[in-house]
Amino acid sequence: MLSFYTLFHKELLRVQKVAFQTVLSPVLTALLYLLIFSHLLEQHVEVYPGVRYTAFLIPGLVMMSVLQNAFANSSSSLIQSKITGNIVFVLLAPLAYWEFFLAYVLASVVRGLVVGAGVYLAALWFAWPPLQFPLWALLFAVLGSALLGSLGVVAGIWSEKFDQLAGFQNFIILPLTFLSGVFYSIHSLPAFWQVLSHFNPFFYMIDGFRYGFFGSSDISPWISLVVVSGCFLVLAAFTLALLRSGYKLRL
Amino acid sequence: MFPAVDVLGVRKHYGKLCALDNVDLRIEQGEFFGLLGPNGAGKTTLINLLSGLSKPDTGRVSVMGYDVVRQYRDSRRLMGVVPQELVFDPFFNVRETLRFQSGYFGVKHNEAWIDEVMHHLDLSDKADTNMRRLSGGMKRRVLVAQALVHKPPVIVLDEPTAGVDVELRRSLWRFIRRLNLDGHTVLAGQHAELARQRLRVPGAAALVRRTSRHAGGAKGGARWRRIPAGAAVIHGAGDGAGTIARGRIGRAGNERAAARSGRGVSARGGQTYKLTSVANQK
Repeated sequence: MLSFYTLFHKELLRVQKVAFQTVLSPVLTALLYLLIFSHLLEQHVEVYPGVRYTAFLIPGLVMMSVLQNAFANSSSSLIQSKITGNIVFVLLAPLAYWEFFLAYVLASVVRGLVVGAGVYLAALWFAWPPLQFPLWALLFAVLGSALLGSLGVVAGIWSEKFDQLAGFQNFIILPLTFLSGVFYSIHSLPAFWQVLSHFNPFFYMIDGFRYGFFGSSDISPWISLVVVSGCFLVLAAFTLALLRSGYKLRL
Repeated sequence: MFPAVDVLGVRKHYGKLCALDNVDLRIEQGEFFGLLGPNGAGKTTLINLLSGLSKPDTGRVSVMGYDVVRQYRDSRRLMGVVPQELVFDPFFNVRETLRFQSGYFGVKHNEAWIDEVMHHLDLSDKADTNMRRLSGGMKRRVLVAQALVHKPPVIVLDEPTAGVDVELRRSLWRFIRRLNLDGHTVLAGQHAELARQRLRVPGAAALVRRTSRHAGGAKGGARWRRIPAGAAVIHGAGDGAGTIARGRIGRAGNERAAARSGRGVSARGGQTYKLTSVANQK
């Protein structure tokens, strides 16, 4: 397990060495979203009875930051290593493919949680959303970041240049995040879009995470838990199969 | 005793390109083996197969008796590889880089050996320098240090002195030779320079065989160019018609005697294997 731990530790150290880019910058971005959306919609929108819009928005923004940064961590680390060529040091090592997977995914989870915690703490300046069921919130944060960390491994392996990875991020991750209920409840959408939202796994991650704060959500947190866990297991199995085959890594 | 490296009937294609065609190679433990040939000959392909960076289409490759595909963890643990490209992780300094490499190979508490390797490679005063700030030669030394950090019995070097100045080249070869004398098996892939270096390294081995379709007909142009001692692989003169010859042709004394007599020394058993140039297939 020392091989796994070393790769995991190296990934965390990498995040720490560029903390401005990997932690502070996403926290600032989320705060800007919060500032603008809460200023514009605070007086006009009440999603849950008795809950200010700003308070409603905070868990969504926290989870959005968790997911996006978890994806960014594994995907950007892998593509950088591939393009600069230093991935060879990991490939030459006696690392099992599952150790490779675990190291990158766990590092993504840690970065996702650190950024999420940073966004949450900074957002408390604007509003104080109740954290009624912290373990539910933590569970969805961990599962969601693991899911996106795994997706980041796939994207990092598949992409051969930064342009392809940016396409992955801008055309898949960002739209799915924005259309998942970060800024609204899906009950406020027309029926067609409500139905469509149920096919978006990001919706279940955001909704389940929000349940941990308010004790209410668009759908049962148990359903969200099953969907998110199922998606993670399927994606993890796919990623492990990819790593085992050496796809685009061992030619 | 298992051979350090055993390659049996290996073929490797990249799409339509045939990089290696039915290559057999056996390197005994403790040998210093030169894998020589022009660009595109397949030296790096062969090294990649040994190190697990590529998988053979057919055939079997093992290191110290461990199959590099089925028992990859064991085989990789016994091998240190110096890649051809000057690759490095720009986030870390030299010591961190070596610590990580040590950890990847499951070696704990390795500071003393890391210090010793850095000392031997004149890297001690660069230990805390970020990899980005090192010169090309220094980066090359770090690559060598990374390959040695887990004390592997088999050391594989792919063009270890490419792009370094004469002084560093000499010191690197001296160091590599010393590793061999300490009992490490050394496999060095090199363009043509290794053959020259060999002559300054008593007891080391290199076999050079040139086959040219342009000289002496399609198959008949084989001629020995130089036959140092021990074992090595060489192939054609960059025209894609290379032949690699199974090495281990005797010790230094035999080689020198052969060279003096003007006779060629054939590869043991007369085995020759086609090594098709990638460049020629394009």
